Amino acid sequence: MKILVALKQVPDTETKIKVAADGKSLDPADVKWITSPYDEYALEEAIRIKEGKGAEVMALSVGGDTAKDVLKNALALGADSAVLLKGDGQGDAFAVAQMIAAYAKDKGFDLILCGNKGLGGDNAAMGPMLAELLGVAQANVVVKLELGEGTFKAEREIEGGSEVVEGALPAVITAQKGLNEPRYASLKGIMAAKKKTIEELDAAAVTAGAQVSALALPPERPAGRLLQGDAPAQAQALLQALKDEAKVF
Amino acid sequence: MFPRFTDDQTAVRDAARDFAQSEIAPGAAARDASGEFAKDIFQQLGEMGFMGMTVPEAYGGAGVDFLSYILALEQVAYADASVAVAMSVNNSVACAPILAFGTEAQKQKYLKPLANGEVMGGFMLTEPDAGSDAAALKTRATRVEGGWKLNGAKAWITNGGVARYFVTMARTDPDKGKKGISAFILDASQPGVVMGRPEEKMGLRSSKTVMVALEDAFVPEDAILGKPGDGLKVAFGGLDGGRIGIAAQALGIAQRAMDESVAYAKARISFGKPIGEHQMIQTYLAEMEARLQAARLLVYRAASLKGAGRTCTVEAATAKLFTTESAVWICDRAVQIHGGYGYSREYTVERLYRDVRVTTIYEGTSEIQRMVIARELLK
Ligand SMILES: Cc1cc2nc3c(=O)[nH]c(=O)nc-3n(C[C@H](O)[C@H](O)[C@H](O)COP(=O)(O)OP(=O)(O)OC[C@H]3O[C@@H](n4cnc5c(N)ncnc54)[C@H](O)[C@@H]3O)c2cc1C
Ligand SMILES: Cc1cc2nc3c(=O)[nH]c(=O)nc-3n(C[C@H](O)[C@H](O)[C@H](O)COP(=O)(O)OP(=O)(O)OC[C@H]3O[C@@H](n4cnc5c(N)ncnc54)[C@H](O)[C@@H]3O)c2cc1C
Repeated sequence: MKILVALKQVPDTETKIKVAADGKSLDPADVKWITSPYDEYALEEAIRIKEGKGAEVMALSVGGDTAKDVLKNALALGADSAVLLKGDGQGDAFAVAQMIAAYAKDKGFDLILCGNKGLGGDNAAMGPMLAELLGVAQANVVVKLELGEGTFKAEREIEGGSEVVEGALPAVITAQKGLNEPRYASLKGIMAAKKKTIEELDAAAVTAGAQVSALALPPERPAGRLLQGDAPAQAQALLQALKDEAKVF
Repeated sequence: MFPRFTDDQTAVRDAARDFAQSEIAPGAAARDASGEFAKDIFQQLGEMGFMGMTVPEAYGGAGVDFLSYILALEQVAYADASVAVAMSVNNSVACAPILAFGTEAQKQKYLKPLANGEVMGGFMLTEPDAGSDAAALKTRATRVEGGWKLNGAKAWITNGGVARYFVTMARTDPDKGKKGISAFILDASQPGVVMGRPEEKMGLRSSKTVMVALEDAFVPEDAILGKPGDGLKVAFGGLDGGRIGIAAQALGIAQRAMDESVAYAKARISFGKPIGEHQMIQTYLAEMEARLQAARLLVYRAASLKGAGRTCTVEAATAKLFTTESAVWICDRAVQIHGGYGYSREYTVERLYRDVRVTTIYEGTSEIQRMVIARELLK
């Protein structure tokens, strides 16, 4: 069985995001990059399948040189090989889906795993688009996955409940928190990963989907207000504010 | 520039830091309060290869160099010194002597599970009446059919009650003094090894330290480590490594105290400005940082020498003496900088102050380190 895991490099949630001078992209200075956590669930699932029934796991990322860290980490965690598709992996989900589809098309993957969305961008679009482009089945926001002989059974999170879908492989499955608990790389894995090479290819030329026209930070939060007076006066003022300004009552 | 780390060393340090910050640090204060042993964390540390770091892969270890181990230990100590001491004991004084003195069969049987994290290990040298003067130990090993029987009392045994195999020193010949001591690999899962209640310690609260009674504890023929009479050689063979390990533990604690103090000095206001703007606080911070940097270089240098297989008795003793004494002082200043809050359980420096105190005592007291250094100088 051949599994492809698509991994996106995203800014760490602790990074102080700054908008670049062009007003529509991220200022990459001081950004600490990490693997999108949803993609970590995808990778962990692939490795568990490999350990369980045996599989060959390939990790793939679309991005620049820094995205190699994501792939190195994937190799350390147990991926057998890694491919970097050099291209813009950040903005346009449709473009990324086309790049991955162009690469994966004739390679005989039985299963493609990715996160249900990229942390930060929150598009939740790449996986479904990839499945459509490849013309294969898909299940999204998956919290439980079982594989049969050429089939899959996936439990997915839906509003207010869960849904179980079954289908035939090959398929694209997008992972959600809860699918598994990702492991840490072992020292052995980290050392072994250093000996593996990352294949670097230029991403296919694609037609753009959406383009970011502007990027802005949320407005700064106004300063808090201190209520004055003794306790009854403060309670009175608070009640007033909740009624008149916040309109909670 | 020194130290210049290899890619491998940086990768190990980063992996340790990542795990320590995400998984070890968050529960440290709670474990300090409850005394609960961090079982799950050791399970994970074992799976990742941190319990037998310098042991070759063929024997279940991670096969990294000694400096990598020291860097990882420092990161773990930064997060929780109680976890670091158990990790240090497993690596430095359980795995290392078996790797150095064990037969192939012993390595397969005992070292593998210790290094791959299946079980934990410990070291039984100290006795109620034999601490610094280890050669005064009285535990007896008497010959019986198929092996030895051990009788006596061991004190201050780290990982007691949680570890399976202990490198244990006992007297095989009462008339031969130092030369009458032998080393054994003792399986603690037998009724003759009676673990006492964990000591109520000042710090390292979630590390288990116990008094052990050996009552006809059996050691089979093939579990003697080295030859009869080699006991102190085995016990002290890994001493340099152990000392550098404890120095690294102290270094991690001190770095944490430093970082906590800098953050506090920026945030706490007195007399209309952050206390970090008072000259006296700056003096403390500067002096703390100077000692910390000096200590770090001593530790890394001793570790590099050890990793290169060079003699490093003086360097290891110097690193331990200077780093642990400095770390105790740094944590004391950290409490001072925190004012009344440094005296409260709610602030991390209070725990660091208690945890760091033992580092000038175990794996050879500061007085013993001074003896070692002076002896080498006067040779
Ligand atoms: C938390 C903790 C964990 C430990 N874990 C282990 C373990 O896992 N295994 C193990 O075997 N032991 C362990 N120990 C024991 C530790 O190694 C001893 O406590 C240490 O060797 C000191 O021995 P002692 O406590 O008997 O002190 P003593 O030897 O009685 O020393 C008392 C004081 O006298 C000083 N002194 C002694 N002799 C001299 C001298 N010749 N010249 C000058 N000063 C001297 C000492 O430096 C010290 O200040 C642990 C101890 C602690 C506190
Ligand atoms: C156990 C305990 C019992 C107590 N009991 C009482 C009590 O009964 N009644 C009561 O009123 N208080 C009590 N206190 C409070 C105690 O007096 C204060 O903790 C003490 O005055 C220090 O104040 P602080 O903790 O706010 O530290 P801070 O004033 O915030 O000082 C923090 C650090 O900055 C230093 N610093 C501050 N200003 C300067 C400066 N200008 N130049 C140089 N360094 C400076 C301090 O020396 C200290 O090292 C108690 C405290 C404790 C811990």
